[in-house]
Amino acid sequence: MMNIPILSLLICVPTVGALFILFTKSTEKYNSHKYISVFISIINFILSIYLWYKFDNSNSSFQFVENREWIYGFINYKVGVDGISILFVVLTTFITPLCILSVNSTIKNRLKDFLVAILIMESLMIGVFCSLDLVIFYLFFEGGLIPMFLIIGIWGGTRRVYSAFKFFLYTLLGSVLMLVAIIYIYWISGTTDVEKLYEIGIDAKYQKILWLAFFSSFAVKTPMWPVHTWLPDAHVEAPTAGSVLLAAILLKMAGYGFIRFSIGLFPIGSDYFVSFVYVLSLIAIIYTSLVALMQEDMKKLIAYSSVAHMGFVTLGIFTMTQQGLEGSIFQMISHGIISAALFLCVGVIYERMHTREIKRYGGIVEVMPKYSIIFMIFTLGALGLPGTTGFIGEFLILMGAFKDNFLVAVIASLGVILGAAYMLWLYKRVVFGELINEDLKNLVDLNKSEVIILTLLAIPSLYFGFYPEPLINTVEVSVSNLIDNYNANLEIYMANKK
Amino acid sequence: MIIDIYYVIPEIFISLSLMFLLLFGVFKKNSSSTVYSLSILTLIISIPLILNVPSTAELLIFNESYKIDYLSNFIKILIVISTLFVLLTSSQYLKSIKIYNVEYPILILSSILGMMVMVSSNDLIVFYIGLELQSLALYVLASFNRDNVLSSESGLKYFVLSALSSGLLLYGCSLVYGFSSSTNFSQISLNYGDSTQGIIFGMVFILVGLAFKISAVPFHMWAPDVYQGSPTSVTLFFAILPKIAALTVFIRFLYTPFINLIDQWQTIIIFLSIASMLFGAVAAIGQKNLKRLIAYSSISHMGYALAGLTTGTNEGIQSSVSYISIYLVMNLAFFSCIFMLKREDKYYESIDDLSGLSKNHPLLSFSLLIVLFSLAGIPPLAGFFAKFYVFMAVIEQSMFFLAIVGLLATVVAAFYYLRIIKVIYFDNEVEKYDTNHSIGLKLSLIIATVLILTYFIYPNSLIDFVSKIDLV
Repeated sequence: MMNIPILSLLICVPTVGALFILFTKSTEKYNSHKYISVFISIINFILSIYLWYKFDNSNSSFQFVENREWIYGFINYKVGVDGISILFVVLTTFITPLCILSVNSTIKNRLKDFLVAILIMESLMIGVFCSLDLVIFYLFFEGGLIPMFLIIGIWGGTRRVYSAFKFFLYTLLGSVLMLVAIIYIYWISGTTDVEKLYEIGIDAKYQKILWLAFFSSFAVKTPMWPVHTWLPDAHVEAPTAGSVLLAAILLKMAGYGFIRFSIGLFPIGSDYFVSFVYVLSLIAIIYTSLVALMQEDMKKLIAYSSVAHMGFVTLGIFTMTQQGLEGSIFQMISHGIISAALFLCVGVIYERMHTREIKRYGGIVEVMPKYSIIFMIFTLGALGLPGTTGFIGEFLILMGAFKDNFLVAVIASLGVILGAAYMLWLYKRVVFGELINEDLKNLVDLNKSEVIILTLLAIPSLYFGFYPEPLINTVEVSVSNLIDNYNANLEIYMANKK
Repeated sequence: MIIDIYYVIPEIFISLSLMFLLLFGVFKKNSSSTVYSLSILTLIISIPLILNVPSTAELLIFNESYKIDYLSNFIKILIVISTLFVLLTSSQYLKSIKIYNVEYPILILSSILGMMVMVSSNDLIVFYIGLELQSLALYVLASFNRDNVLSSESGLKYFVLSALSSGLLLYGCSLVYGFSSSTNFSQISLNYGDSTQGIIFGMVFILVGLAFKISAVPFHMWAPDVYQGSPTSVTLFFAILPKIAALTVFIRFLYTPFINLIDQWQTIIIFLSIASMLFGAVAAIGQKNLKRLIAYSSISHMGYALAGLTTGTNEGIQSSVSYISIYLVMNLAFFSCIFMLKREDKYYESIDDLSGLSKNHPLLSFSLLIVLFSLAGIPPLAGFFAKFYVFMAVIEQSMFFLAIVGLLATVVAAFYYLRIIKVIYFDNEVEKYDTNHSIGLKLSLIIATVLILTYFIYPNSLIDFVSKIDLV
């Protein structure tokens, strides 16, 4: 069974599907392309579930590794998954079909191009999480800019051009420094193979500067304060499906990058910059939560809450504790599901009312009871109520933080309270209260497909909220291996220093 | 001596057929399309002839004044193939604007004959003959659309400025000869010994002359006007071929006669490179005309190609050669797209004319999208690999400043490429364009786009050829 290149298959299937859609004409029945792409992405989801099923939890090394020569004696096409990356692969393949399903009347023109862009995006995102070579990683990481730029720019809102440009140039600027670092790693270590680099390590004297170069890229993509400003713009202007992809998966690329590369490759650099990351993360948590409180646009509010949540993630990652790292991974998965759902929820009423301004709503519980229930679940998930995945993530991160630094943990806990404040206040203003606005009376409740999509998102968020075992089991060994590796490297470094 | 002729069969073939075609064209009336086809045939035949030249690491013929090596053969192939595509793409354009004359393909052939001599030259005099042969043909080509004021102006401008730079170059050559008492590249480096001052003086003049030819900043002033004024088919020719040839001559000069002066010329080339990358990127932002924009973009691209040369290593040379190879494919694709912006025999070349192109012409827009992202250097398209190779070579020598400035310039440059994409994809549509394009044009667009798009699947295809180049 190991002979099937399942990871390459996962990467290729959406692209092949995209090509198929690109070169076939849409029939009279407008949606045929949509069904094809849903079908393709579901195949991919099944493949990834099979991958997860076959995955050996007790093994910390990379599995399903494929290694082919790509550029002679220089770069290999190498992919593989470990406990950390496999979850992101599954998340990607899980969100994409829902994302495609959610595409409806909002994207009237050029549906075909849109589906092609989303499928190619899926390929690239899976590639990011699977690649075990820095250059290959960079290819996938940067390649994602092209479809996302088009998604925001073509199908976005009124200020779409500005947002698309901002998104593209910000992330490109962050990434070029990473490219320099990757090339430099090749010249000092003789390889860009991640597995080999884990073994031989990178010379301590270069680690800090290399860490900064990688950080510049990941920080923009995460996004961390103060380079987060592209995110609200991009989210607000992107179409719903675009926002979902962006929030659910694109942001996770950076968190994953921090774990895989910043910590894995540069333990000494990471150790040196821990307090720096703490400060930025805490500012992100507190400051963007406060900003979120003041937002009048629902999408913007959720976008800022994403920044705050990603602040928790970076905080957890750099606690370098088992709980912190597991919590961060958990939080990313959870945020992937919940923020996707929240953007879909906003999309639902936006489509009906064509406004995202919170003031224009109020009291829609009377006309949309089903919607209110589902929105409630995800609101509570976002603020981290026990019983949802959000709670487990935040709880583990805070636990890790308490272990490492009491003060940091206390400040971060304040963020949880603020998170509850802005989410509940949003919910209150939109759903409760008196139904004043006349237009709202004609609102139609969720239709069948919306209920299905949102329920599909609610199930894992509640299931893993009550029973996080399967996720934790998957990451546990890989994370502890990573931490052992990290500590061992640091000890050697300290010993040499003395 | 007579056996040496065997190695220059391609050049001899091209010059013979060029003279034949000239006579044929002069004596037979209305023969322009025959001459055009025969020129294409000449180019096609010369490909196997070049391939037939034994590929050796280094072979000096004609009293060591002519050099045959991997580099020269590879560049000659590139020159011939890209000229072939230039001719294929532009026939329809030439007919539409009524300059489908006999002289056009003949001038192009004589120009590339000059280039082939240039890239093989191992002697100052041979080099200069080649350079002048290609330049003289280019002056005429630039003003080929005589009735158009802009075209005449660009031809004149190019002629005056280029003559000036040739003068500087020739002065440099004479200084080098004076201080080393030889015109032979290999001899020069042996002769000057420790007294390098005069040689450096001459070298600077030569580099200035060459920098003019590839339009590196600060010797770029002619490029935007000439690009805009010349007929588009000639602009395409300008954007690709003289640059390949001049860059190869750069390699020849820097790595044969002046190899011992690397400390001196390295600074100059780094300056040229950084200035070109930054200036090209910044100045293109304000442009409205596609041809002008591509002029600035090519200035910036030359900066990257030069960056590879600064390293003084084989990897550097190879990366520059790969860069220029990928660059020519991208330009070919870009211009093929411009050729398609035609409505009732009128060609459009302003960025605004691309507005909303994606709605009426999805495939054309898709090709442009690929080309533009590739020009911007976004992975996984070919343009990224071009830059990647260059920066590999640059960072190997720990020239971080150059690498970081170069990469930051790509971010600035990305802005104006994105602006075009924005116009194509995000803006409202204008009228439809014609779709009755010649097969040659469609073919070259498809080939170029597919090459750019799928290069990442098998990048070794280019590396196989380039990695043989061994000069240091």
